[in-house]
Amino acid sequence: MAQSNRRASGGRIDRNRPVRFQFNGKSYEGYEGDTLASALLANGVRVTARSFKYHRPRGIVGHGPEEPATLVELDGEDASGNRPATTVPLRDGLSARSVNCWPSPDFDVSGINQLFARFIPAGFYYKTFKWPNWHLFEPTIRKAAGLAAAPAQPPSSGHFEARHAHADVLIAGAGPAGLQAALEAGRAGKRVFIADEGTEAGGSLLNRNLTINGQPAMDWVADAVQELRGMGNVTHLQNATVWAYREHNLLIVNEREPEQGSVLERSWRVRAGEVVIATGATERAMVFADNDRPGVMLASSVQAYVNRWGVAPGQRVVLFTNNNSVYAVAADLVAAGVTVEAILDSRDTVPQEALDTAQGITVHTGTVAAGVKGHKRLRAVHAVSAKSGADTWIDCDLLGHSGGWNPTVHLWSQSRSPLRFDEDLSAFVPDAAAQACRAIGAAAGDLTLDRIVQGGLDLPYAIEPLWRVDVPGQRGKAFLDLQNDVSVSDVQLALREGYDNVEHVKRYTTGGMGIDQGKTGNINIIGTVAMQKGVPLQDVGTTTFRSPYTPVSFGAIGGLREESVLFPYRHTPVTQWNKDNGAVMYEAGARWRRPGYFPKPGEGLQEAVNRECLAVREGVGVYDGSPLGTFELKGRDVPRFLDFLYSNVMSSLKPGDGRYGLMLSDDGLILDDGVAFRLDEHRWMVSTSTGHADAVNQHMEKLLQTEFPDWQVMITTVTSQWNNATICGPRARDVMQALGTDIDLSPEAFPFMSFRDGTVAGIPARVVRVSFTGELSFEVNVAPRHMAELWAKVMEAGAPFGILPVGSESSHVLRVEKGFLSLGHEVDGTVDAYDLSMGWVMSKKKPDYLGKRSVALRREGGSTRRELVGILPGDPNRQVPEGAPLTLGGRKEATEGLVTACVWSVVNERWVGLALLENGHARHGETAHVRLKDGVIPITIAKPVFHDPDGKLLRS
Amino acid sequence: MMLIPCPFCGKRNESEFIFGGPVVAARPDPNAVSDAEWVEYLTIAPNPLGPVQEKWWHARGCGEWLTIWRDTRTHDIVEAPNGSE
Repeated sequence: MAQSNRRASGGRIDRNRPVRFQFNGKSYEGYEGDTLASALLANGVRVTARSFKYHRPRGIVGHGPEEPATLVELDGEDASGNRPATTVPLRDGLSARSVNCWPSPDFDVSGINQLFARFIPAGFYYKTFKWPNWHLFEPTIRKAAGLAAAPAQPPSSGHFEARHAHADVLIAGAGPAGLQAALEAGRAGKRVFIADEGTEAGGSLLNRNLTINGQPAMDWVADAVQELRGMGNVTHLQNATVWAYREHNLLIVNEREPEQGSVLERSWRVRAGEVVIATGATERAMVFADNDRPGVMLASSVQAYVNRWGVAPGQRVVLFTNNNSVYAVAADLVAAGVTVEAILDSRDTVPQEALDTAQGITVHTGTVAAGVKGHKRLRAVHAVSAKSGADTWIDCDLLGHSGGWNPTVHLWSQSRSPLRFDEDLSAFVPDAAAQACRAIGAAAGDLTLDRIVQGGLDLPYAIEPLWRVDVPGQRGKAFLDLQNDVSVSDVQLALREGYDNVEHVKRYTTGGMGIDQGKTGNINIIGTVAMQKGVPLQDVGTTTFRSPYTPVSFGAIGGLREESVLFPYRHTPVTQWNKDNGAVMYEAGARWRRPGYFPKPGEGLQEAVNRECLAVREGVGVYDGSPLGTFELKGRDVPRFLDFLYSNVMSSLKPGDGRYGLMLSDDGLILDDGVAFRLDEHRWMVSTSTGHADAVNQHMEKLLQTEFPDWQVMITTVTSQWNNATICGPRARDVMQALGTDIDLSPEAFPFMSFRDGTVAGIPARVVRVSFTGELSFEVNVAPRHMAELWAKVMEAGAPFGILPVGSESSHVLRVEKGFLSLGHEVDGTVDAYDLSMGWVMSKKKPDYLGKRSVALRREGGSTRRELVGILPGDPNRQVPEGAPLTLGGRKEATEGLVTACVWSVVNERWVGLALLENGHARHGETAHVRLKDGVIPITIAKPVFHDPDGKLLRS
Repeated sequence: MMLIPCPFCGKRNESEFIFGGPVVAARPDPNAVSDAEWVEYLTIAPNPLGPVQEKWWHARGCGEWLTIWRDTRTHDIVEAPNGSE
């Protein structure tokens, strides 16, 4: 029967607006204002989930984010996993599934685990699946035990977004305490940000029948919300959870279903002057045998379903408590026409005001629930007198229990503020604040309305702790943490096995981990540990409450910062030309999008690269060298700064000339290589490798600002102020002439490693003679606005000479043929200039520069070093993979080096490569061996130069 | 995320800064110290449980290198750079 448990009237639902939804493939109807949980209860759905480990049938236990049992996966436009059913607002077309069962919670194949439950104690998996190693079993076990899978598809429409906000006061929670604080701060003119996880404001007042100054408390809430809405300095969000409290009062708020239709969720990062934690309190469970059966619910949740959603989750209710709050629940149930069979109160004496609240109801004092009958549907509760042991079975279809109230201190704890155990409340409450924050209301231990709002009437709170029901003859598991299937026996086992710190108990049993984060069960675990060890709870302490307080979707955390927005690609003005000319584009260092190669139709990578390389070696090619890091240094102290920065002498350069150099860190690592040019007396241009430009900039700024603040050096990053087309190859000079320039291009007037300013093809240009290919090269630098024009003119002027654009793949081949270094290939943290046969770059004349002492120190021992060599595979047609290890004789022994690069050399028509090899410099001509999985490749060790060893061409 | 006081820009999000390590002893003259002293200079950095002086670079801001005293237990910035507060 449809909505058999729905009351005829009452509740904050709209009975005129029915909503259809699906749960595990079945159709149901609820009302606008329902949550998925309240609608399922209204429809009499008892078994809504299977438990994490034992696959025990579970029903709905709570009514808010504390719900430990029923987690669902949503489909379609709501696609998301692991949502407590109590926090899913119902809407038309909603489709949800239980997460941990197959084919359905009512008939779950893995339910057979229950039979073996006593063989799956805490630590079972660690102990059992350790041979040969856990990773062999992990995938299968994860699948069997896991929660929801990540949705296969993102939500079908809409997007996530992020916003920043600043506030004088951020208030977490819009219950009576939060609203009151918001009103006070708002009236005082402060910038207030108040966020609440519920769909509407009111907090616990939504679930209860209380009055303020004789009027319904919800009228007070409506007035408060109305007043806040009128304040321009107040931002009030509902359906928005403050889920993380970070350092320096940064809070993260997840707003679900904001008003803009296209925004699925919005992530707020709020920096607050003061944080007010008004997060209320969470009811904790009673711990007794089979306290997880469907039909066993938190008492306050029964109250919430009756009052807020007009649902009676049962018709014959037994309540079990150790505190006063349940008496108000009983009164509300009676008022709603629900039969309360009895209240079992573990206390020997119950305060009179509590008894007065629940007049006419049988109260068994000094009595506990020690078990239940019913597997998928509750049938009876076993009431046992703690003193006499007299027992009776009370028939019922619902058991509401309350083990007391825990201030919701998750945010408080996340702020690193400590907790103290309050004996009167039997709960951990906020102690001194560690950041600019304070807790108020129930979160601070003021659990009743009269202590929060003036004129509020409430039943005073009193409790006698009962950490677990401990009467003889109890059978069945007593759960502490329903979500992770952690029972009392698991905690006892952990303690027996020596895990007696509460943090260890948590990890060994997984109690309080995951989504639950200790909402219903954590304090009971601490209580159980305390009982077992015979120490006060304060001494056991709490585990760390971690963010997120409730599950947050990855989409909300990422917001709009998907890859290209978070970290955009860099382009040069030639990008469009590259794309138009069929370049295969990819990232090449520091997010620059560069052409890899330019295949003709039907051509593969190798053919295209060979063609490009041949053009450079025999004719002419051109590449876009704009991404190279470029810095202009100005000031009278630049020469001594560069002498300190580079290992060789730069200060002796004349204006117009440049030099290649290495930058070392002070511990002797090679940071970067590049060239420095002197523009005039006090101006220099320094270039770095593309990928290290930012790091070198940081390095230089740090030195100047922290070590040499008196030195007069100004650094300007000009990487994007200069673009260049580098024309290279034996015909490069011909192309330059065809372009037309006022610069004398003869090698005598314009030698290698110098630059000239002038015009090229009518464009103002700085032409630099450097070479990264080993061929005659002219690097034509122009302003970015001229780059596309220059590029077009180069291609036009070069056409008669067969000019080809060259991608980064070919650049790699050309530099390997010449034995030029690439940082990250040949240079790692172990290699110094001597290993690279570049001892000449380490100045002997300068008394000090970065890295000098450290390199000398490292080489003092005279130990064997890995040195750069060329390699020629024995079979000229055999490529050696980059990174392949070299071992002595190819045997299964420690490596003596590795292959750093191997390319098809167009000039040698064979594979050639570079390697770092122990004692390599002394082994030219010998044979070494590459050891691969599928065999051994003999290689001949050679000088690391395979083309123009004397460098005649690049100087030509 | 911490709020780091920049002497020019005021308190800014940590994400605008790059960490530059703790402040170590001044660089000795490498030709005037023993091997052991040089290695110690390179490798030993303060790592206290409590306040530590460290360098930060306002890389995504004004470009200033600055030093703060940060308490490693609490992230409290116990001493801001001169002129920032």
